[in-house]
Amino acid sequence: MGMTFAQKVLARYSNTEEVVPGQIVTLRPDHLLTHDNTAAIIGKIGPELDRYGIVDREFPVIVLDHVVPAANEKTASNHRKIREFVSRFSISNFFDAGEGICHQVVVEKGLALPGRILVGSDSHTCSYGCVGAFSTGVDRTEAASLLLRGELWLKVPQSMKIPLRGKLSKGVYAKDLILKIIGEISASGASYRSVEFHGDVDGLSMGERFTISNMGVEMDAKAAVFPADDVTREYFRSIGVKDDAYTSVRPDEDAAYFSEHEFDMSSIVPGVAAPHRVDNYHTVEDLGPLRFDQCFLGTCTNGRYEDLRIAASILEGERIAKGTRLVVAPASRTEMSKALSDGTIRKLVDAGAMVLPPGCGPCLGAHQGVMAPGERTISTANRNFKGRMGCKEAEIYLASPATVAASALYGELTDPREVIG
Amino acid sequence: MKVWKYGDSVNTDMLFPGKYTYTCSTPDEIRPHLLEDLDPDFSKGVKKGDILLVGENFGCGSSREQPVVGLKSVGIGAIIGKSFARIFYRAAINQGLILIECPEAVETYREGDDLLLNVEEGWIEISGNRFGFPKLPEQILEIRDAGGLLEYTRKRLEEA
Repeated sequence: MGMTFAQKVLARYSNTEEVVPGQIVTLRPDHLLTHDNTAAIIGKIGPELDRYGIVDREFPVIVLDHVVPAANEKTASNHRKIREFVSRFSISNFFDAGEGICHQVVVEKGLALPGRILVGSDSHTCSYGCVGAFSTGVDRTEAASLLLRGELWLKVPQSMKIPLRGKLSKGVYAKDLILKIIGEISASGASYRSVEFHGDVDGLSMGERFTISNMGVEMDAKAAVFPADDVTREYFRSIGVKDDAYTSVRPDEDAAYFSEHEFDMSSIVPGVAAPHRVDNYHTVEDLGPLRFDQCFLGTCTNGRYEDLRIAASILEGERIAKGTRLVVAPASRTEMSKALSDGTIRKLVDAGAMVLPPGCGPCLGAHQGVMAPGERTISTANRNFKGRMGCKEAEIYLASPATVAASALYGELTDPREVIG
Repeated sequence: MKVWKYGDSVNTDMLFPGKYTYTCSTPDEIRPHLLEDLDPDFSKGVKKGDILLVGENFGCGSSREQPVVGLKSVGIGAIIGKSFARIFYRAAINQGLILIECPEAVETYREGDDLLLNVEEGWIEISGNRFGFPKLPEQILEIRDAGGLLEYTRKRLEEA
């Protein structure tokens, strides 16, 4: 019997020929990602850090992104503690405030490679499945232990196969597809499992794959993977990573899957996740008129140049509707820079957008674009939980960058196919 | 011992709002906000040894561990659920908080029922009906029984 992607990678890292679902393996991942929560993590292990130090200065990847620039004395002090920690242990992979959202930074700096294992104290660590890595989220305590010892146990997951057929239509994007998938599979439907995307995936760009893998955790997947292919190789070449820097892992043809769920991409239409669950899927067409107070374009899900460009193409030469706000937060400095070079940001600003520095921005409700009671927002983020944007009496709808831009234009839920020429 | 009952898909924002994630980390800072957006009476009323009885996918969402740290620090005896989100489950092991997956027990329980729990032997009894649940693998029990992952890691570092 062949092995799935997860089995192959976990077998390789535990130095065995074969592992089976349910088996527990102990291994050392390539990297541990932490962000603003690094301050709380190192706060748990002060005496141990003094005595034993960290396992390896190249092991941690630390990115300040969640509350940047700092919003108050407490978050500023956390950032300062983290900078001191980085300097004390000469940590090589540190990215200070302004560099971007941790997941975007990890991928664009080539720190997540095909066939590698990364863990992070952030649930959206599953994003690196987009480059064919096995990556998953852990809690802060696990991260503290990893800093000291560099190893953890993982249960070999069962895998689910999702063949994607055909091609997305005009005005329909990867976000529409993953919202539909989560709606079908449910918010707990992939619990403890590794999801593999197969089929006609060669038509999906790295950015589109990122959007999809990023939301794997919203169906409680442990990993959400596009096994590496030509698109992956081309992406790495474009960021200066040579083919021989990694060894791709692809599942065996005869691997055994827990379940298989096929989706016809050509049948996907613009969709939203309505409050307060990510699997509360509706098509834009079915929802009817909904006014929005705020429209948010950004996050690790959809804050890349290509997302900003889609929105700019809809808003170019127009003004957003009176009574609605448009907030834009690019996913990284690199992505922001691309959007500055070709005038994408100018188009958004001219249309009435407020542009924030690269970072998580309003996604987690800690600062920048917090909602008021009774307000409604449409966002390109990955979560619409009650209270997520800082106010439990606000409503969050999740959608593609095109749907968010089209909705900003009219101040109400709008099918982007109506405004795309 | 009180049983606090909640439904399906209780996410981490309901257990501990994200807006406090970077300002509250210690048990004392966490406790007043525990379950704030789900049940405002919880943090005032909860007592040591109380049980949570929950639906599917409990703890879904963020990897923030304040919900687990908070529930452990108020002395929750166990959370019995239909199912738990993966990261939450792992975080509970790492804090030494006992989670039990037993959908039948959750379905059966009615307010006022007597509930007995024996973690060692692996059973729950609700007004005379007994439900079994599987034990965790040895390797993982070792972490939980050490009092959590950091205690376990400290021991391993000392041994090395």
